[in-house]
Amino acid sequence: MSTHDRPGSDPSDEPGMQYGGPDDDFSPERLAGMQREDLNRLGARYDGVEVLHVDPPPPPGSGLEKQAERQVAMAFGLAGLFALAFAVVYFGSNWFLPDWQWASEDNGWSALYTPLLGLTMGGALIFIGVGLVLFVKKLLPHETAVQDKHDGSQFDRATTAATLMGGLDKTGFPRRKMIGRSLGFAGGALGLMLIAPLGGLIKNPNKGNPLGTTEWAEGVRLVRDDGTPIRPGDQEPGSLETVFPAVEGGNRAADAATMLIRLRPEQMAALEPREGQADFGYGDYVAYSKICTHAGCPVSLYEQETSRILCPCHQSQFDVIQGAKPVFGPATRSLPELPITLDDEGYFVARSDYIEAVGPTYWNRERI
Amino acid sequence: MATAVAPGQPATKIGKAATEIDERLIVAGPLRRTLNKVFPDHWSFLLGEIALYSFIILLLSGTYLTFFFDASMAEVPYQGSYAPLRGVEMSQAYESTLSLSFDVRGGLFIRQIHHWAALLFVASIVVHLLRIFFTGAFRKPRETNWGIGVVLLVLALLMGVTGYSMPDDLLSGTGLRIISAILLSIPVIGTWAHWAVFDGDYVGDAIIGRFYIVHVLILPAIILALIAVHLLLLIKQKHTQFPGPGRTEHNVVGNRLFPAFAGKATALFFIVFGLCAALGGLVQINPIWLWGPYNPAQVSAGSQPDWYIGFLDGSTRLMPAWDINLPGDYTIPALFWPTVVVAGAMFTVLALYPQLERKLTGDTASHHLLQRPRDVPVRTSVGAMALAFYCVLWMSGGNDLIADKFDISLNAMTWVGRIGMVIIPPIAYMISYRICLGLQKHDREVLEHGIETGVIRRLPSGEFIEVHQPLGPVDEHGHGQLTYAGAPVPKKMNQVGGARRAVKGFFKPIEQPAQVELEAQQERRGLAAAESDEHVTSGRPSEGGRPSEGGRPQDPRD
Repeated sequence: MSTHDRPGSDPSDEPGMQYGGPDDDFSPERLAGMQREDLNRLGARYDGVEVLHVDPPPPPGSGLEKQAERQVAMAFGLAGLFALAFAVVYFGSNWFLPDWQWASEDNGWSALYTPLLGLTMGGALIFIGVGLVLFVKKLLPHETAVQDKHDGSQFDRATTAATLMGGLDKTGFPRRKMIGRSLGFAGGALGLMLIAPLGGLIKNPNKGNPLGTTEWAEGVRLVRDDGTPIRPGDQEPGSLETVFPAVEGGNRAADAATMLIRLRPEQMAALEPREGQADFGYGDYVAYSKICTHAGCPVSLYEQETSRILCPCHQSQFDVIQGAKPVFGPATRSLPELPITLDDEGYFVARSDYIEAVGPTYWNRERI
Repeated sequence: MATAVAPGQPATKIGKAATEIDERLIVAGPLRRTLNKVFPDHWSFLLGEIALYSFIILLLSGTYLTFFFDASMAEVPYQGSYAPLRGVEMSQAYESTLSLSFDVRGGLFIRQIHHWAALLFVASIVVHLLRIFFTGAFRKPRETNWGIGVVLLVLALLMGVTGYSMPDDLLSGTGLRIISAILLSIPVIGTWAHWAVFDGDYVGDAIIGRFYIVHVLILPAIILALIAVHLLLLIKQKHTQFPGPGRTEHNVVGNRLFPAFAGKATALFFIVFGLCAALGGLVQINPIWLWGPYNPAQVSAGSQPDWYIGFLDGSTRLMPAWDINLPGDYTIPALFWPTVVVAGAMFTVLALYPQLERKLTGDTASHHLLQRPRDVPVRTSVGAMALAFYCVLWMSGGNDLIADKFDISLNAMTWVGRIGMVIIPPIAYMISYRICLGLQKHDREVLEHGIETGVIRRLPSGEFIEVHQPLGPVDEHGHGQLTYAGAPVPKKMNQVGGARRAVKGFFKPIEQPAQVELEAQQERRGLAAAESDEHVTSGRPSEGGRPSEGGRPQDPRD
């Protein structure tokens, strides 16, 4: 019945009412004479679908049907009630209900507001879903249908290939090489042109060595987060304080955060500074970069019993006594040490910037 | 039937309107084909739908959030209603996230829905991918759709990363710092890539705005386009199905789209949405006001990314401290391997798996019938191995928490991960392989000897035997004649109608027990029905398939 538009069908075939095909076989009169279920099956068959088997729903008026109907209606009804409750909670708060705005000490209505929104909206949506599931499972006929799956047709392949190749032949591109080549050239160049504006994103990372420098410089004071300077004796032995360079925005600079550690006497005795950095500390004070040499997290956890500093991100551990050398975990380099001394007023200052790049390793780190 | 109209012309208002529309658009044919499309029925085919629905929820809730979020890194003092942070300097991104959480009516609720839906989105993609993998649904002709699926997974991860970086709280800032370090670790172009992405050194003032546009426009647009292609290919190639009676490589057995499948799919959408809404309201997630604004000098202990990035965090923790120093003072940082290389290799192998399997097995045929994992032990075990590897990495992403809660040395946990990463996957391979073979053998044993009934009989000779229920015709030795066809083999008497069905009704029966009994007799269901029959030894109806099912296609049962 679908042979109308295929080769070999009768060329004198008049198109049907809309698109030929089944309209030739089924006149409007014939269709009008058919029952709805027959039309349904006919259409399905026309789409390659055969309904094999139908488990009927519970018979109309039976107890089973009434029960299922009640269940579905109950689910939808509850969904409606939950949705209404949502609207009441949402709009009613701060109107006839208490204020919804949460104050951290409040454990009343405002602490319940968001959970209630979730409960009511979740309930409404889930009950709609539950009602639909019950409806499909209990009240719809269970139909088992089979649809044919068509493999590709050799006819389609051959004719499409002929159309394509014929068209290509007519353009003459395979023969007229010059057009093809110039078009290829233009295409490549146009492609380049179209992505060229992305060049605006490219910046030179090696100009001025931004990765190798921080805000520290000779004479810059070590200050706390609140800007107060530090003298020797402010800290207990064995303690750690995070310090920043006393410059504008120093306490928010990405790479400048430094740990000022006062060593205990026994730590002091065991101290093995890195080669050439023996004089970087001042008295029993040493200052190491707080930026992990692995992935740049602030290494924060100082266990003074073992003299270890732990990075909470990937658990690299650095030994303060050995010049903040990595002793466990994925970090490969020691935390850089900041050379420190005292200024005229007796406050800690940096003697220079870090002598190496702080933070994570990169390709040309050793070269700058 | 109407009488006053020409034959075939509709008499109702809706019918007339439909005719009017069809005269203009000619949609009746395509619409009927769509409504008649048959979808196979199996719970595991709904996993991809969950991903689709959570994406819709993400689009809806995310659009709402954009009305209030301001992706600016300019510093402002907080003046909003959350007292503990009042007066604190913070970026506008963090300030606006706090304000949409505390000063927008229902804003916190929507933000939490968005976060939960994002977790569900990635989770359902992963579980969907596992279903496709273990049942062989990726085989020809569906390799393209598999590839699109893997790309969608990667994009979903990027969506997650850009999304949770945007609030600019302490936790997301820590994540951003690690992203920066990962970019820097790429050999040769690392610093250039970092400067291109961050518009300079870390942290700069561009990154949140850039992540924002990537998160709300670029990635969603690509994902939406790929989902469209994913679904169009699915419709074009038709759904796969599990083997079963009447199911072949050339048909699809199931429900038509309308009304049964449409009803179920809509129901699932509402349930998924409802679940996200309930979680979003009832279960707090990412309480950014507790973390405080980002500060490069601070970090909270136990910082964990969202679950789907955990495996990369784990691989990074397990990586030994191996920088590679090249001549000319160039360095390949240790961080490069567990992040860029591990992730790149995992997703490349995943995307190419269909081609790899084709090459290795030489199977180039088209397949529309799925395989049970036990029938392809090598693939199943390879999958189990990959999964075990992933799980070791994922667990190691939280090894500090495990060490803390169970009072284990942190360094010991790292070594557990390092060693486990190498030896657990092969063990998983061997165990899965044995399980697959065992299940295969059991299937064949039941086909040959029948189902164990649990009934012990004593023979006149005094010997005790267990009565087995054959599944089909038997030869003169009592051995079953059915061959394994890739479909589930019933292994319990109930699955072949050994028990009659229960009388319906929750508090009180709503059916007549006698009627159910009668039905069972007619359907030859239940042991009583079978034993009243003379086919008691074989227990099967005289012809055709399983009792009570009349040989028609059935859903797989286990």
